Amino acid sequence: MAEKKRLKDLSIWQKIYIPEIFKGLALTFKNMLKPKFTMEYPEEKFIPPASYRGRPVLVQEENGEERCVACGLCSRVCPALAIEVQAAETEREKERYPERFEINMIRCIFCGFCEEVCPEEAIVMSKDYELAFTNRQEAIYGKDKLLVPVSQLQDRIEFLRNYK
Amino acid sequence: MSLIEILIITLIKILIILTLTLLTVSYLVYFERKISAWAQNRLGPNRVGWEGILQPFADVFKLLLKEDIVPNKANKVIHSLAPMVALFVAFTTYAVIPIGPNVQIFGYDISLVVADINIGILYVLALTSLGVYAITFAGWSSGSKYSLLGGIRSSAQMISYEISMGFSIAGVLLLSESLRPIAIVESQAGWMWNAVVQPIGFITFFVSAFAETNRLPFDLPEAEPELVGGFHTEYSSMKFAGFFLAEYANMIIASALITTLYLGGWQIPYIEKLGLADWLVTVFQVGSFFIKVGMLLFFFIWIRWSIPRFRYDQLMNIGWKVMFPLSLINLVWVAVLIMIFN
Repeated sequence: MAEKKRLKDLSIWQKIYIPEIFKGLALTFKNMLKPKFTMEYPEEKFIPPASYRGRPVLVQEENGEERCVACGLCSRVCPALAIEVQAAETEREKERYPERFEINMIRCIFCGFCEEVCPEEAIVMSKDYELAFTNRQEAIYGKDKLLVPVSQLQDRIEFLRNYK
Repeated sequence: MSLIEILIITLIKILIILTLTLLTVSYLVYFERKISAWAQNRLGPNRVGWEGILQPFADVFKLLLKEDIVPNKANKVIHSLAPMVALFVAFTTYAVIPIGPNVQIFGYDISLVVADINIGILYVLALTSLGVYAITFAGWSSGSKYSLLGGIRSSAQMISYEISMGFSIAGVLLLSESLRPIAIVESQAGWMWNAVVQPIGFITFFVSAFAETNRLPFDLPEAEPELVGGFHTEYSSMKFAGFFLAEYANMIIASALITTLYLGGWQIPYIEKLGLADWLVTVFQVGSFFIKVGMLLFFFIWIRWSIPRFRYDQLMNIGWKVMFPLSLINLVWVAVLIMIFN
């Protein structure tokens, strides 16, 4: 085993201790004059980078339809069992769509598995981190809250194309 | 002056000093939080009022509305007596600290000190040592291990630091030849400040003052990480606020004492040579007293956010093996000075 070396040979100035105290004081004083890191939250909001995993949302195309084909993979992979999908048929090109799509935000752990497993790029993690509810009913997000226009999610989709 | 006049003047003085200290104490808490924030690159309280200027009042109202919890095992009488003792000691000490020279108002010759007694320093020493009882009472009566440990630490700390403090003061008294605070201030005319004449005594007194006021780096009775708050673990609501106020009031006393004993009190060197009007000189002098105290208070807070806490044995080592001999050396130094120059 390598022998541990301790810093024992302090110089006389270090032993007197007082100059070292003043060094410490100078350091804290310098820091008092430095710019502050604090972000004053409600007025000034943190805008996360594209790699941030916020609230999962469903991508809404320009024509107002969702991309989701209700395959149920996200629901299947979700480790917290937070997603519930009810599929239905439609006359549109993709033939299937989710009649009901619910994410229980109390259960969601923001792992991003749903987004990773999705074959249609239909569910992605947004930058939204302001999630607060006053009761459990409110915490279950339906399609009305989950659908977000694709233009707002371009950042994340590009990130996924580069790194997924 | 008749008795009634003296009574009224003294009452007015008490009122002024009391409101002044209470205000300073509350704003000291605010500045403590602000300066700690700045030292850590944060902003500090800035929500209540402009830049958080009303924060102390919000704190007080919060504490007033809190539930006052007394533990089952506590000795109820002493438990509630302790914060009272702490506050009493903290506020009565201001009585002998002069904030300025005598002034003439409406034909009265008024000294800017509540009680101009000729054993002022002895009075201060007596009261500050009484302050230990508050902490020991609190520690013992709470019926909690942590509080008891805090109380024991406090008494051990006070014993070891009061000695070096006393000897440093003895150096000052040798020069001033009086225990009267005003006489001590006047003995430091010009640049003959005791901090300049006896720097070692100044340092030992300064360090002892930190230990006396339980401030970091010597806040072992509180020691949040090990003792969960020490002697005030079991206190809540206004009783806790009492200790809190007393701590900051003690800080102001310590600063005012250092100013009086070592930094020439209200004096500004050679201000009489500028040829200003008498009342202007007085205003400047009182202002200089407050500026000196303010700078010392800033230093107290600054030290707190720079230096880590001492270990218990290190504290004892410094107290007995370093501070005590140093204060004796200082006493000899002053005696030699007097021998040579008188």
